[in-house]
Amino acid sequence: MKVQINPELCQGHGRCYDLAPGLFRDDDEGYGQVLSDGAVPPEAERDARLAALNCPERAVELLEER
Amino acid sequence: MAADDRFTLQPQGTGEDEIIGTRSEIITGPVADWATDFSHLEPEWSADPYPIQDDLRQRCPIARTERFGGAWLPTRYEDVAAIAYDTDRFSSRSIILSNFRPPRELAPIGGSPPISSDPPFHHEARKLLLPAFTRKTVARCEPATRAFCHSLIDSFEGRDVVDAAHDYAQHIPVRVIADLLGFPPADGPQFREFVEDLLEGINLPPDERIERVSRLFDYLLAQVHDHLDQPRDDLTTYLINAELYGRKLDPSVVTGAMALLLIAGIDTSWSAIGASLWHLAKTPGDRERLVAEPGLLPTAMEEFLRAYAPVTMARLVKQDMHWHGVNMKAEDWILLSFPAANRDPAQFDQAGDVVIDREVNRHAAFGLGIHRCVGSHLARMELRVALEVWLERIPAFTLDDPGGVTWSAGQIRGPRTLPLRIG
Repeated sequence: MKVQINPELCQGHGRCYDLAPGLFRDDDEGYGQVLSDGAVPPEAERDARLAALNCPERAVELLEER
Repeated sequence: MAADDRFTLQPQGTGEDEIIGTRSEIITGPVADWATDFSHLEPEWSADPYPIQDDLRQRCPIARTERFGGAWLPTRYEDVAAIAYDTDRFSSRSIILSNFRPPRELAPIGGSPPISSDPPFHHEARKLLLPAFTRKTVARCEPATRAFCHSLIDSFEGRDVVDAAHDYAQHIPVRVIADLLGFPPADGPQFREFVEDLLEGINLPPDERIERVSRLFDYLLAQVHDHLDQPRDDLTTYLINAELYGRKLDPSVVTGAMALLLIAGIDTSWSAIGASLWHLAKTPGDRERLVAEPGLLPTAMEEFLRAYAPVTMARLVKQDMHWHGVNMKAEDWILLSFPAANRDPAQFDQAGDVVIDREVNRHAAFGLGIHRCVGSHLARMELRVALEVWLERIPAFTLDDPGGVTWSAGQIRGPRTLPLRIG
């Protein structure tokens, strides 16, 4: 699984970096950023899903590998 | 120090102190039918707006009123979101619905940028404020906020009943905002008057309303001068020195942004803290669970924000149009109810219930789109710290007099009297 943030949609609510601090951080204006390359280790998949499901702008996208 | 002559004249364009603009007839009194005559200023709405919103959502779902010169009230999440995102057709030129429409020329800046601004100005004005309100920046205020909450609870010593809205919730954001802007903490009671004047004095006669709004701007201008004489590390000095498009801000932008931070930062957090304590006081199961599982608080807090979202915004329709089944006219108001959106069963399971361990909670308490509350990280910090300290110090409490709880009127809703039995 990978995560990414659509910067066109992100408004800096910060739900992703609150709920999944291992995967996201905030930039100097509070917008969400993906840490490293966005690869989600198996133990962080639940956090990734919570971040995506709680983003008010639907800016957090999950890319599931088959 | 070089003189800054921007502030020697009365600021222009601060909204309601302008002579131009459009006034509508003030209509008050009981609502005949909420679908055709709604008013968020009537006591029935402030006491409990949720049954009204639920009813409208089923049978309308966009309510109308001829009060305030004409306004619409969407009640579905989908419609509220669509309007929040559509800055082309809905202007933020005035975000408090009243009987006065500021002149169209006030757009795209509006009286209190950036909340009252439309693109493209909005983006630049907002960019100025964002770094001051990130989670990291506001975390610096957390120790002082926590100590202040403790001091408020220390002051309850020996009392069995306290007013949690008046003696606790309201003081917290007042202190935080005063510290951020660098205003004397002793001026707190005055801030509360400013807030009431702006947000609750909607149906006052125009002259009185202008008089009250100008009191706020006189105060802000005096603070600007104080900061020009003695610059210090706070938001007021930051705004005085900030540059936009390569030049310093117009004085009206400086005082407008200060007004926004002062007004928007107080009633809102006060309401969220109060409503959360009200819920816990009347729901012993939730209170006991949070005392036993403090780690659940961040999740529970989001649910309080969803179910008791304090903030409703307003927009002005830019031109005549048929929109989602209704005929909107240019200059019609939109009452943009995030609280109503947050209780839409099409968006949330058990929308009308407070589920403190709700894990998926895509609520809109801080708005949606480009106007996402700039202070949301500050508000969340205040709410979390206020509840943590209260639950740690006063784990057992109940409503002392359920009938004695009163709620604010207007677009920011929260308890203003909240007698709790703590001993």
